[in-house]
Amino acid sequence: MSSHLSTPRRTAPTSVVIGALGSVQNAILPALAIAFSGIGGSGRFGVAIAVAAAAIVIGTGLAYLGWRRLTYVVGEADIRVESGIISRAARSVPYERIQDVSLAEPLLARVFGLVAVKFETGAGGSEDITLAYVTTAEGSRLRQLVRERRDEEAVAKAAALAALAAPAPSEQPAGQVLFQMSPQRLITFGLFEFSLAVFAVLLGLLQYADNFVDISLWDARVWERWLSEQSTWVARIGPAAQVVGAIAAVFVLVVIGFATGLLRTITRDWGFVLERTARGFRRRRGLFTRTDVVMPVHRVQALAITTGPLRYRFGWRSLSFVSLASDNESASHAVAPFAQIEEIAPIASAAGFYLPDEATGWQRSSIAYRTDKAIGAALLFVVVAGVLALFAPMGWFLIPLGAALVAAALSLYEWELRRRHAIDDSQIFAMHGLLAPQLQIATRLKLHSVEIAQGPLARLRGYATLHLGLGGGEMAIRGLPLARARELRAKILTTITATDFAHI
Amino acid sequence: MDNALAPHATLLDDEGALTRLHPNYTWALRVGMLLRLVPLVIAALVVEVVLAEAAQSDPDLAALALVPQGGLSGAVMLAVLLLLIFVPQRRYNARGYQMSADRLRVVRGVLWHSDTVVPLSRVQHIDVHQGPVERFFGIATLTLHTAGTHNASVHLPGLGADLARAMREDIRAHIKRESL
Repeated sequence: MSSHLSTPRRTAPTSVVIGALGSVQNAILPALAIAFSGIGGSGRFGVAIAVAAAAIVIGTGLAYLGWRRLTYVVGEADIRVESGIISRAARSVPYERIQDVSLAEPLLARVFGLVAVKFETGAGGSEDITLAYVTTAEGSRLRQLVRERRDEEAVAKAAALAALAAPAPSEQPAGQVLFQMSPQRLITFGLFEFSLAVFAVLLGLLQYADNFVDISLWDARVWERWLSEQSTWVARIGPAAQVVGAIAAVFVLVVIGFATGLLRTITRDWGFVLERTARGFRRRRGLFTRTDVVMPVHRVQALAITTGPLRYRFGWRSLSFVSLASDNESASHAVAPFAQIEEIAPIASAAGFYLPDEATGWQRSSIAYRTDKAIGAALLFVVVAGVLALFAPMGWFLIPLGAALVAAALSLYEWELRRRHAIDDSQIFAMHGLLAPQLQIATRLKLHSVEIAQGPLARLRGYATLHLGLGGGEMAIRGLPLARARELRAKILTTITATDFAHI
Repeated sequence: MDNALAPHATLLDDEGALTRLHPNYTWALRVGMLLRLVPLVIAALVVEVVLAEAAQSDPDLAALALVPQGGLSGAVMLAVLLLLIFVPQRRYNARGYQMSADRLRVVRGVLWHSDTVVPLSRVQHIDVHQGPVERFFGIATLTLHTAGTHNASVHLPGLGADLARAMREDIRAHIKRESL
């Protein structure tokens, strides 16, 4: 049985096919660019096909060599991966360092029944070992194995060997479902995700195309001619038609914006399920790329409950976990991206947190801070108003002056209703946000340092920012009266120094 | 470390008097600052030479010749000298630390003031670093690494080299004891 342990294994042979298909994808754009550009004159289609063929052959060859040269060994104490076509790299990750194993299934891999296995060590980014791709069964076997190895060291040894010997390891029992999103919920969510980002992408593509294609996109004269043609045409059709055209354009924009939001949301969050299992929180989501992530409960450092100006009016909020593994944006730990507060509360309590209630002793920031912020918000507009009063026709300066009043009022409103903080025996709450409240909840125990920072103005006016050292995220409470900042720090430090927590 | 301190540790007050850094730290700061200001002095000299030549060749710019020779570079050098005398001294005065049984407090900043406390039980690992200038002055920088994103590494420069190593050993002993 122990021979299983030391046998080097390869990833699934079909992953070469995925690599080859990837190179086809890479070959298409350059080939198209050559085909539609001036390179090579009349023979350019031949050149395009040759370039594409070469790219595909080289890509496939590299994929094959990469597959041949990558082996992994599931050892007694660690997982070792040797890889590299010319220069070889050997990396070993001890089981106790593996925080978790995540499985990702991009669309192509799903077609072939493969998964990419990532061993997360908490080091973040490229330091983690990824095996792309192994069969789905091998993926869940590895995950199961690593977990058993790590957690039940002595007992697990026998269990893991048994698991290795068994052809089909038993999956972990299904957990309790904490949160899931129905297609109706996804559609509502998608409508709130209205986005015109697609136009930015289109512009970028145009610029990209411009490098290859003969249209001089950035030549002003071309546009001038086009505009003059269009404007005479527009002028000819009369004002009524112009209004209709403008309305139609806005309508198209709105439709595209909603469609983008819906599409992005549905592809990302299709079949969103959050479960509480014995190993922690398990989240599965995705339409084309299905991801399956497990977050151990003790790794959750803080909660962030965010919302948008419009969705807040309908009570929709998003809950995400702050954890050490979430350093990079892609590994976002959104656990309830679109939920009502009643749905969020049980998830928070499953993670060992609780939401603020009536008993929470909210406190405001310092009054000096409020005044300074309001003046700061209005200052730029006041300067503009001054300049206009001197150099512009009468009355113009009233516009920026009004803007200054609005800015100052908004700033005061934010201080009055949104910017507040609270501390109780085990948690710290911090809220800010102008149009919608953004809330952070951290455990006093899981903080790593406390800093009181003051700029020149803050020193003069006697307030400070309290920076809390949070694993995997930032948390700061701004504009605290200095005495309050010191009081908070003393309280937090009392909790921290009472318990050792450096090993999380 | 004195174990008798430990039970009272949480009662220690974090606004207490700070321990000053090694006096040589001011000089290390001056050398570092000088190295950064040298390009400015050179630039002043170059500008002066160029202007003097322009004043000779072009009658329109003859007025420039009224500035006494070395006036510009002299003024720049005087400013640099004043900066070198006063800024490091102020910076030194603004800095300090407070080491207690279970935490290290680091204070710094003349204009942007910051006052950080790192509980020793949250220290992931410790570095003692000496650059060439620091080595010449016999001082070192102690760096505490924590798992937090903010203040992932807290630097305490300007400690005597021996003291820095002794503090590292103290903190290490603390970590070992706590994790047992």
